[in-house]
Amino acid sequence: MTLFLETIIQGISLGSIYALIALGYTMVYGIAKMLNFAHGDIIMVGAYVIYTSVTMATLPAWIGVIISIIFCSALGITIEFLAYKPLRGAPSLNVLITAIGVSYFLQNLALLIFGGNQKAVPVPNMSFLNIKLGSTLSISGETVFTILVTVVLMIALTLFINKTKLGKAMRAVSEDRDAAQLMGINVNRTITVTFAIGSALAAFASLCYGMNYAYIKPTTGSMPGIKAFTAAVFGGIGSISGAMFGGFLMGIFEKLASAYISTQLTDTIVFGVLMIMLVVRPTGLLGKKLNEKV
Amino acid sequence: MNNNGKIISSNGTEMFSPPSNTLLPTRDAGKVPVLDVRGLGIDFGGLRAVDDFTITVGPTEIAGLIGPNGAGKTTVFNLLTNVYKPTRGAILLDGKSTSGKTVDQVNKMGIARTFQNIRLFNKMTVLDNVRVGLHNHTDCNFAESFLRLPAYFKAERKSSEKAMELLSIFDMENEAYTLAGNLPYGAQRRLEIIRALATSPKLLLLDEPAAGMNPSETAALMESIRKIRDTFHIAILLIEHDMNLVMNVCEGIAVLNFGKIIAKGSPEQIKSNEAVIEAYLGHHDEEEE
Repeated sequence: MTLFLETIIQGISLGSIYALIALGYTMVYGIAKMLNFAHGDIIMVGAYVIYTSVTMATLPAWIGVIISIIFCSALGITIEFLAYKPLRGAPSLNVLITAIGVSYFLQNLALLIFGGNQKAVPVPNMSFLNIKLGSTLSISGETVFTILVTVVLMIALTLFINKTKLGKAMRAVSEDRDAAQLMGINVNRTITVTFAIGSALAAFASLCYGMNYAYIKPTTGSMPGIKAFTAAVFGGIGSISGAMFGGFLMGIFEKLASAYISTQLTDTIVFGVLMIMLVVRPTGLLGKKLNEKV
Repeated sequence: MNNNGKIISSNGTEMFSPPSNTLLPTRDAGKVPVLDVRGLGIDFGGLRAVDDFTITVGPTEIAGLIGPNGAGKTTVFNLLTNVYKPTRGAILLDGKSTSGKTVDQVNKMGIARTFQNIRLFNKMTVLDNVRVGLHNHTDCNFAESFLRLPAYFKAERKSSEKAMELLSIFDMENEAYTLAGNLPYGAQRRLEIIRALATSPKLLLLDEPAAGMNPSETAALMESIRKIRDTFHIAILLIEHDMNLVMNVCEGIAVLNFGKIIAKGSPEQIKSNEAVIEAYLGHHDEEEE
């Protein structure tokens, strides 16, 4: 029983990270109608920014985190401006290949600057959040923090999307870009805001990743990136709540599979679940039905 | 004037005087026209989809653009809103050129439109659809809304009130929280007009507003169109196949055929125009009365 509860809590914690990343995928897909495969690498960049500002520039850990969030947002905007904006209206395959190119560019840039050895991420100490439940079950402060941050960010994002004029503009653009533009909405600016928010969420994910896994290397971002993308597809790509839901489920599956079946087969099982999902329900759990044009 | 090919088409009754103001209702005479289009044209490949399109619309005029299917009417709307970049000609909105502006900038300058096939944001509520239209009239920037500063609440409340006010003019305030996609057809058409009005246009373009409506709905629509002009003091340019509506509400009419204007004038002049009858007969004879 303790093992099960621990597994579930770890799964939620891991799922939080996936959900934060998946939100970036799903928002960009919903609004810019593209798969930004460089998104996972933003996490890696975010972690290196924390490493640089704390370990190398000896700033306090919290300052490092804030710098990382700002840096990632700016990076997201820059990537969109330099790599994707010129391709607006180009076939989606061109944009996809560009995104993969950006991903490799970021990984190799990190390799060039920091080398291939893994580095410890100096994250803030979270032990004051440790929770002991009963005599056997204890939850680490990092886990508590990860879940808390994710829940708070999700609530903030949901309010932002539903209650603010920029959020409404984002929903309008995602539904009908041309009609939104004819109603006076600046589509390019809306896409820029989307990239900024998605990348900021990725920076939070890199903080949580650092807390839970402690070490990073240039390819750190790709696996969580792909898993988060899987989570977004699982939940229904384009849907905000689908990404949250899919992220949590993916994390729980992964931890359950490694605790009860086999640690080596974990990834096989996780991606296997996605394949079944795509066969049974191609639009994902909460995905929109495809509207047939009449 | 460099009007290529001196407009002697086979239907040619076009007389060319410099921007003819014969369409303007007398109350708009002497005022700067809200829309002044000169020699507008666009080519798709080798095809002249629209050519030498010249028209003026007064600041409170209800004008109509009619013509057989495929004549280029919707293309004209796409040109006026800069969705298509014109190959030739100029568009002056309130005396200012819209050339080089983006689609959203043209909307900000004062042109709003509805669509032939309704294009609402179906997954958003009726109120939110209107508030998307109010986007540029809600004073609240990114930081304010993200940090939920007092300015944000004030701006959001004002926008919400204004949206409600607009809805109530058209008796739709009770549907404010319905999803737009769940509205009945006629209400969706009305909502599209309200959403367009929310952008505070000087010129409202209606693309077949009566399409799919029964005679009593069409009659209500005619009332609405006049009401919009009288309440908001704006000009309306509409594309419509329903001749009853066009002849009743429009003060000036331009007839388009094969991308060219073949006649302009008052409803009476259009009804008796030889070229117009020729263009319509055989295509739409059942609509001619």
